[in-house]
Amino acid sequence: MSNGEYTDAPIYVAGAGIICAIGNNVGECITSFEQGTAGMGGMTYLNSLHKELPVAEVKHNNKELVVMAGMTASTSRTALLSCIAAREALSDAGIKNIDSLRSGFISANTVGGMDKSEHFFEAFAVDRNAGRLRNVNNHECGNITEMVAEQLNLRDQVTTISTACSSSANAIFYAARLIRHGLLDVAVAGGTDALTKFTLNGFNTLMILDKEYCRPFDDTRAGLNLGEGAGYVVLVSEKVAASLPHIYCRFSGYNNSNDAYHQTASSPDGTGSYLAMQGALKKAKLQPADIDYINLHGTGTQNNDNAEGTAITRLFAPHVPRMSSTKSFTGHTLGASGGIEAVFSALAVKHGYVYPNLRFEAPMKELQLTPETSFLKNAPLRHVLSNSFGFGGNCTSLIFSKA
Amino acid sequence: MKIYIHSATAISPQHTFDGALLEDLVTYNTNRLQVIEPPYQDLLDTKLIRRMSRIIRMGTAAAIKCLRDAEIDQPGAIVTGTAYGCLEDTGTFLTKMVEQCEDLLPPTPFIQSTHNTVSAQIALTLHCHAYNNTFVHNGFSFESAMQDAVLLLREQEADNVLVGSADELTDISYQILTRLGLYKKQAGSNLDLFNTNTKRTIGGEGTAFFLLSPTPSQDAVVLEGMNTFYLSEHAQLSPERIAAFLSVHNLSVEDVDVVIDGSNGDAIEDGLYKFLQQTIFSALPVIRYKHLCGDYPTVSSFALWLAYSIIKAGKVPFSLHVKQPSAKRILVCNTYLNKYCSLMLVTK
Repeated sequence: MSNGEYTDAPIYVAGAGIICAIGNNVGECITSFEQGTAGMGGMTYLNSLHKELPVAEVKHNNKELVVMAGMTASTSRTALLSCIAAREALSDAGIKNIDSLRSGFISANTVGGMDKSEHFFEAFAVDRNAGRLRNVNNHECGNITEMVAEQLNLRDQVTTISTACSSSANAIFYAARLIRHGLLDVAVAGGTDALTKFTLNGFNTLMILDKEYCRPFDDTRAGLNLGEGAGYVVLVSEKVAASLPHIYCRFSGYNNSNDAYHQTASSPDGTGSYLAMQGALKKAKLQPADIDYINLHGTGTQNNDNAEGTAITRLFAPHVPRMSSTKSFTGHTLGASGGIEAVFSALAVKHGYVYPNLRFEAPMKELQLTPETSFLKNAPLRHVLSNSFGFGGNCTSLIFSKA
Repeated sequence: MKIYIHSATAISPQHTFDGALLEDLVTYNTNRLQVIEPPYQDLLDTKLIRRMSRIIRMGTAAAIKCLRDAEIDQPGAIVTGTAYGCLEDTGTFLTKMVEQCEDLLPPTPFIQSTHNTVSAQIALTLHCHAYNNTFVHNGFSFESAMQDAVLLLREQEADNVLVGSADELTDISYQILTRLGLYKKQAGSNLDLFNTNTKRTIGGEGTAFFLLSPTPSQDAVVLEGMNTFYLSEHAQLSPERIAAFLSVHNLSVEDVDVVIDGSNGDAIEDGLYKFLQQTIFSALPVIRYKHLCGDYPTVSSFALWLAYSIIKAGKVPFSLHVKQPSAKRILVCNTYLNKYCSLMLVTK
């Protein structure tokens, strides 16, 4: 518990890192957007029987990721992805005197070392004395964070958040608050999740996985595609920002609100999403008309897109901003999605990018919302809103603003 | 800003939910202590009780009771810590996935396996749209949730915060943690935990919730301070660190009436506490508590509940074998796996 004073001082995004199905780093992801190349495909690395389901895998096996991350061979894929993206973010920020600053790692994930645990379980389910323990002793979500914090030498505040698909958006805004309380100068914040049989089968039981490539906000949408990856931003205080050669943008608004409607389904009028977006605007002291682009949660399920679209219409109509779901490229990366999309949003503000919403043909009948379908550069974007909504009604919106 | 604890509830392997404070201790002759579930009918909808797994039931019920005790209808925020999340459902889904070869799996265990299920079910039960967060950081899951709660109050984002923890020990996790070497090889009475002179500890589980706010009230207990130390070769819990923690609050060890320490019956690990008792705590009565609830990653929430309850009751229960009849200021000093250490200071 700090004795620091809380101030509403500005927080800046100084670095960004991503690994996901459309690229091993930020540059590769932007190239994929430019070329309109989505990351979904058949299953190559995930060892599930549900081969009929497209997934958005990171295009490397664990052996290759181990080399890229510089971690030990038995490390969970969740931690490998996390380490690669977080390290990119940190090196991108280029903070020279980081050892003399208070630096933290606030990371999110939803299933921890489940990729290893489910392997352990194949033997354990048959014989309680079987299964290699090293495959299960990093099952906890927190272990993933600790391993990466250790690698990156981030020590002053290290914690893990898990609120389903909004996890890493919550991690980013918690990190910003830690800086505002004077507990940190620099925070690497975001999240990670590897594809696992556990989540694939779980989402499959809910019957919300599309056998085709997902079509967010389209009238014919039939579910989501699962993806994997990690995305992190480096948040810094005003003082640290002043010492850096480049920053992306200001992180100006955030809110978490609960839909309090159903454990997995969103309310028809999108109460939680509406409250989250409204709360983030209020925090950033902005009006709806100030938002120039929305990076949608946009999973491609009937329920999410309807609720999110309804909430957007309620809040923004008649002047609805440009919008798109980058999940049409990356798939739904669950606990990583808020981090990955925060990076896309920060880049959008900096470079005026608006990302295409692939495979969109016709707006949802009940809502006349048409996402952007081509890649724009140099669009005049003052403020970008990023939505992340998860199970348990957990709705988070973040706002990134021109510095 | 002063932070007050207005109510505290715990469901644990002892009778902690209702009635007299630890008057009759429950004895276990196993290394696995399980919570005593109270009747939930007054707290939760009957249909919900049936559908919820144990951790969700106990967490949600403890939270609802905590709010009732504080006479609050809607909290300004809900923050939960859990190291392992909903293990029963996770284990069920994993087992079925293997046994049924990924075919015809039931959705409910997957839905309820999500780490934020307890926090979400509290919101759902209360129709509460406020901030809702879940920390899953091993032995600091509860402390992280507490820190978030305190920060929210300081930001004036919430008038009050419902904060707590929940962790369950299931058949599967008990078997795995036993194989990982966490628990004693031989079972004895939990009440003899500190006389075993053997390595390792006993497993436990539980939930505790607290209602925090910056507004004083008649029975409220002040949370004066909290700090965490990640123990490594660089950072050990030392008398100097404890003194430094107290001095931040302009206090010294003489101002503390009772210490609640995190001894867990491991002859080696408890050496830390023996050393502290010979040094900084030499003049202080020390309460040990892990024989009551077992050891688990969010166990410090039980210790905070105990500290709150002792101050509120105005007496230290006889069953804790401490000469001190009452306490106004208690220092809670916990360690988990000799790695996660937290200090919490509460006062009348």
